Amino acid sequence: MTASSAEEWGRLMAAAQAGDGGAYARLLREILPYVRAIVRRHHAAPDRIEDVAQDVLLTLHRIRHTYDPARPFTAWLGAIAHRRSIDALRRKVRTDASETFSPVAYETYADPGANKEIAAHEDSAVLAEAIAALPPGQRQAVELLRLKEMSLAEASATSGQSVGALKVSLHRAIRALQRALGGKVDR
Amino acid sequence: MTDETESLIAHLTEGLQPVRRLAPPWLRAAIWLGIVAVLGAIIVLRFADLAMFVHRIADPRLALELTGILLTGILAIIAAFELSLPDRPITWSLLPAPSFVLWLGSSGFSCWHQWIVRGPDGLGRGETGDCFLWIVAFGVPLAIALFVALRQSHPLSPGPVAAMAGLGVASLAAFLLQFFHPFDATFIDLGLHLAAVATIVVLARAAARRGLNAV
Repeated sequence: MTASSAEEWGRLMAAAQAGDGGAYARLLREILPYVRAIVRRHHAAPDRIEDVAQDVLLTLHRIRHTYDPARPFTAWLGAIAHRRSIDALRRKVRTDASETFSPVAYETYADPGANKEIAAHEDSAVLAEAIAALPPGQRQAVELLRLKEMSLAEASATSGQSVGALKVSLHRAIRALQRALGGKVDR
Repeated sequence: MTDETESLIAHLTEGLQPVRRLAPPWLRAAIWLGIVAVLGAIIVLRFADLAMFVHRIADPRLALELTGILLTGILAIIAAFELSLPDRPITWSLLPAPSFVLWLGSSGFSCWHQWIVRGPDGLGRGETGDCFLWIVAFGVPLAIALFVALRQSHPLSPGPVAAMAGLGVASLAAFLLQFFHPFDATFIDLGLHLAAVATIVVLARAAARRGLNAV
């Protein structure tokens, strides 16, 4: 990034605030490498870096009215990227502290009889009832991410919830469904 | 760029609507403080014993204490508006620190003077124990009004914003209290004032994420 490109980004952002979609699209594409570089200081996994970078874009979009063109754009963007990276890191630490990843848990048993108990919970009426009983945010996360199979970014753009909030809502929803269905819900 | 990120950018930019840029934080703070000043002036002119207040303010110690309280309120509220924006450093939270020290120092000296003049009585509670309730009762509605103004920024780090907002409104409530507080504070009074300020700050911090519509 050069000083002139930073100034250009500031101009593009001001144009985006005025409703220029073309300038906004160009800006978002141009800043992505800069955003990823900041996120990479805190995260190593490529898919996580992309998740957090998308979260930064969503946050930027939500608070784009707070940018003051008289001030440096990179300081404003850098603060958002840094904050979102830290938030994601905190969420990861919390999740890692309470969960153990087990690939085997995702597999069903070779013996069809052993899968009966799990299959019983696939009864759509029971599941629909359990989903309907979830709080609105959690229900929306399940519907968008699991039933409609949207990506996190698409679900975030549709619901207005941040990627982080969606992940938390989905996690809580799965836990609630596990409780409601006797602990037999697959993630 | 991944397809997912590209589709996100397409989604965000499609049919983009203009947004109204926020006014500079100092201006928003000035407008908010101006409105509160007008309301405070109405309350004082309508209900306070101004003659008594003018008599008390002639004491330089009290004048210094009032300056510290008022400046703490104003500067903490300016800091809250600044901190609500993403690119402002956390050092803005130090803005009210000097005036807060002035408030504590001048009040502490007054209390010590009371103790010397009145003996053991000067340690105890003053003529009224309602200071705590007063500051909380005025501080909470002011905090709600300030949160309404601050939530337009969708702060990324709502905790420090809420803490500054809490300190600001509690200080303004404590300043207003001085117009209805016809005696010098004792150590217990000062402790009650600070406990009330701390209560407002803790309440504000507890309500920070939802109250400030943080992203």
